Amino acid sequence: MLCDECGKNKATVHLTEIINEQITKLNLCEACAKEKGTDVEQHFGISDLLTALSDVETPAPGAAAGSAAIKNKCSFCGLTYEDFKKIGRLGCSECYVTFKASLAPLLKRIHGSNQHLGKVPNSAVMKGQKVMSNFHEQLEAAKSELEKAIKGEEFEEAATLRDKIKFLEKKIKETK
Amino acid sequence: MKIDDLLKQTCEWLKGSGPNSDIVMSSRVRLARNLERVAFSHWATKKQEHDTLVNLEQILSETDMISTGLKVRMNEIDDVDKQFLLERHLVSREHIVQPDYKSVLIGDKEVISVMVNEEDHLRIQVMQSGFNLQECWRIASRLDDSLQKRGKFAFSAELGYLTACPTNTGTGLRASVMLHLPALVMTKQIGRVLHAISKLGMTARGFYGEGTEAEGNFFQISNQITLGSAEEDIIDNLERIIRQVIGHEENARKTLMKQNREILQDKIWRSNGTLRSAHIMNSKETMALLSMVRLGVDIGLINDIDRRAVNELFILTQPAHLQKIEGRLLSSAQRDVKRANLIRRRLEGL
Repeated sequence: MLCDECGKNKATVHLTEIINEQITKLNLCEACAKEKGTDVEQHFGISDLLTALSDVETPAPGAAAGSAAIKNKCSFCGLTYEDFKKIGRLGCSECYVTFKASLAPLLKRIHGSNQHLGKVPNSAVMKGQKVMSNFHEQLEAAKSELEKAIKGEEFEEAATLRDKIKFLEKKIKETK
Repeated sequence: MKIDDLLKQTCEWLKGSGPNSDIVMSSRVRLARNLERVAFSHWATKKQEHDTLVNLEQILSETDMISTGLKVRMNEIDDVDKQFLLERHLVSREHIVQPDYKSVLIGDKEVISVMVNEEDHLRIQVMQSGFNLQECWRIASRLDDSLQKRGKFAFSAELGYLTACPTNTGTGLRASVMLHLPALVMTKQIGRVLHAISKLGMTARGFYGEGTEAEGNFFQISNQITLGSAEEDIIDNLERIIRQVIGHEENARKTLMKQNREILQDKIWRSNGTLRSAHIMNSKETMALLSMVRLGVDIGLINDIDRRAVNELFILTQPAHLQKIEGRLLSSAQRDVKRANLIRRRLEGL
């Protein structure tokens, strides 16, 4: 099969596009696909989706009263929040600290949560304290949130919180 | 071990054994891990990428879980070999498009493969035949433990494992199951099933992952959410949904056998006949016909071939596999002839 664009090279990339409910199939060679590919990326790239999500959460200037001024550049790897919005990827583990204020709500939007409840590395268990106190803090917070949820008759939220409490209690027992 | 040695063995995920293997082809667990305070691969300088590569290859070579297998630097192999690894699901598409400073380490049974410098510094992948996510997770977690003794991974008590893309943050876990759902496709229920899956926070993709169509009636279903639930719960959740899908497929197969028996039998036997007699066969037709033959084997209609042999054909008939078997580059037309040839030989020989 020859490429639909140039008609010269062999088509190795097969694209299905849906525009106005019309399905178009394109068979392209690698070179033409690369050119076309940039269009496709622009339509479906994860960075665009992330941008859409994070734009909502970008705090207005001066909105972060009380907290330290929000840094716009990771001092470890040099990535800016603008870079992140463009490429949809963070630069290093320190970026999570640098952009914490913007990332927490973004993560909540993506995952419905911004609190890790899974595996903890051996080294963190060995050092223990930090993770432990964190679990205790989380447990207390979850309990008071649960009370609020029940009062407000938000039962779906309450069910999630109950699971979280169960999990945290288990984790605390395990870490002891 | 060399790349060519892989050709002599059956990938773990094609063995056609394990729980529910009449509907579930394979299970897979992937963990994303990164080194602490080291730039992620896409943001690193060449020097940093090189250092990470050497460092992680060293760490990986020290664990006995993977050290006996194969180590491949992606920029040291030709295009056919790259495609060959992709066809066996040992590397991702991203890994072969930009091969510099990337490698893959493959366990000797192809159960474990670890990509270095993919989107994350490490992508640990474990595959099993049939419906067996728990075992995949156990193996992946054990390898993860043994690596964590040697290198410090980026982790925060609040956000879990820190990954290049926030869609993987937390557990860094992607669990996926490859299902063969011909009866749901034939009875036109598949759209409804996939729609329901997406509403439950899961995603469905084709045989070769993102962007590939559901060739051969194969669908990969995986979790999307990685933060806020423990690994066991993510897996448990996915398993419950998969069990439902398996139930629907079983019912659809029964309904077809009851209400459209002749039509179904005709489809299966014609597919079988075509595969055993054709002299030119393209990829797409092969996948469609093999899917029908596999269904025939699974419902006990075809008895002279086993499931493993059919599974193997799905992979052996892929372009790079054909070229490796022949030991030379083949044009698309040449491949179609060789493909038909290989299928005839394999099906007659059994």
